[in-house]
Amino acid sequence: MMAKKRSIEEINQKIRSGKAVVLTAGQVSAMGKKMTPAEVFDRVDVVTTATFGPMCSSGVFINFGHTTPPMRMEKLTLNNVPAYGGVAAVDAYLGATETAMPHDQYGGAHVIEELIAGKDVLLQASAKGTDCYPRTEVKTLINKNSINEFIMFNPRNAYQNYNVAVNSTPKIKYTYMGTLLPAFGNANFSTSGELSPLLNDPELRTIGIGTRIFIGGTVGYVAWNGTQFNTGKPLNELGIPVGNAATIAVIGDAKQMSTKYIKAAYFEKYGVSMFVGIGIPVPVLDEDLAQRVSVRNRQIETSIIDYGSGNFEILGRIDYESLFSGEISLNGKKIRTAPLSSVKVAHEIAELLKKDIAEGRFYLTEPVALFPKTTGLNKLEIRL
Amino acid sequence: MTSKRFVLTFPPDATGEPITYNLIKKYDIMVNIVKADVSPGKIGHLVMEMTAPAKVLKAGMEYIRQHKVDCEPIEKKITCREDLCIHCGACTAVCFAGALIMDRNSAELIFEPAKCVICELCLKACPLKLFSIDLG
Repeated sequence: MMAKKRSIEEINQKIRSGKAVVLTAGQVSAMGKKMTPAEVFDRVDVVTTATFGPMCSSGVFINFGHTTPPMRMEKLTLNNVPAYGGVAAVDAYLGATETAMPHDQYGGAHVIEELIAGKDVLLQASAKGTDCYPRTEVKTLINKNSINEFIMFNPRNAYQNYNVAVNSTPKIKYTYMGTLLPAFGNANFSTSGELSPLLNDPELRTIGIGTRIFIGGTVGYVAWNGTQFNTGKPLNELGIPVGNAATIAVIGDAKQMSTKYIKAAYFEKYGVSMFVGIGIPVPVLDEDLAQRVSVRNRQIETSIIDYGSGNFEILGRIDYESLFSGEISLNGKKIRTAPLSSVKVAHEIAELLKKDIAEGRFYLTEPVALFPKTTGLNKLEIRL
Repeated sequence: MTSKRFVLTFPPDATGEPITYNLIKKYDIMVNIVKADVSPGKIGHLVMEMTAPAKVLKAGMEYIRQHKVDCEPIEKKITCREDLCIHCGACTAVCFAGALIMDRNSAELIFEPAKCVICELCLKACPLKLFSIDLG
């Protein structure tokens, strides 16, 4: 018997003729309870996945436009938040987690959100002045219409799975995984589980360089594998990494984004971060992918890590159905669970993307290149 | 029986009247102190739950107010800008009282101020800083 297969071009042809069957990952997971992968393959062409979580490794490139006389902006701030000016004359990169002072609750992500909202932002820059760029100071207001490019480029987003954080110590801990109550008072987790993009294509057969995606409310692309991309994590029996594994670097036009899907955040005593909305369509090319996209929360597992003691010890393994139930059991102790990533907004994004594909506004792409198959992470060795 | 949470605000020159003692002894009101911040010479706050038949509760509140102590039901003192909430769930991590929980079906945050014990942990836990608690 011939293996069932369809190509991305065939799917795009169906989208063009309005015949593509598009479902969200949540809908297909429910379908997968009763149907075989072959039956899912027969019924579904595309599955939309999504996530809306805090993603610190995010930021924007801005080109401010030139003053007269021109200036090579070297040191600059936006609403007093420093941006990196060590690139060409009026280009800069503003990182989401940047703050003016170490304990500020306002940072790069807030500036980015304000710019996306169309607000004016205070630009202050200084330079040594050169023969070709004589100006040494500038102070003015900018907004997304006054600047040239406003490009979001996030080096590490949409982690394929992430740890559950607990705190074994007698003291409250404030972390990027939220507030951790003492003595295992809670367990915080941060993925959208069965909706999460890289958990629906765990071997990254369809998501690669050049993949067209939804980012922050507009169309964007996967630029590269993300930083800390790691294929060396242990897998469960379904081949899904048990812990933070693959990542993607993503790019999109921030001028077209919406503050509904880009949201500045501050985590107590940790710092500023940014919620980024990402949606990725997974084409159901064969029965293997049909099985992958049918994955359910109970089949996806992650590691429970002690963020309190400082050595990040792995304490156990837990599935997402248990995590979403509101309570897990660890060594006989019941622990309340809490998400940090918004499943509600992830559902909205998956629905939006589904509609855009079904109505012919969004076509699928073949990756230009696939990600590395075997990568590990180097530790930073202290050599001095 | 009616069970309600109140914020009692004591003026700096509060008399030495043992208010909670009398609520229990004279009015037979079940009193559960949730939070207390009272220092001599300063405005003080006491958050407590009172349980009694409605009529008795009303009499108890009148007794409190007779002694120049303000007594307000707690619901009026808690605010969450729910219109801006992204339903991430970070606040539910710290709410051991169960006033903030995630609805399993809709994945939305459910906020029930009546269950709140004013621990104030949600103020810090919300990454969007949407909670504010006004104790007067």
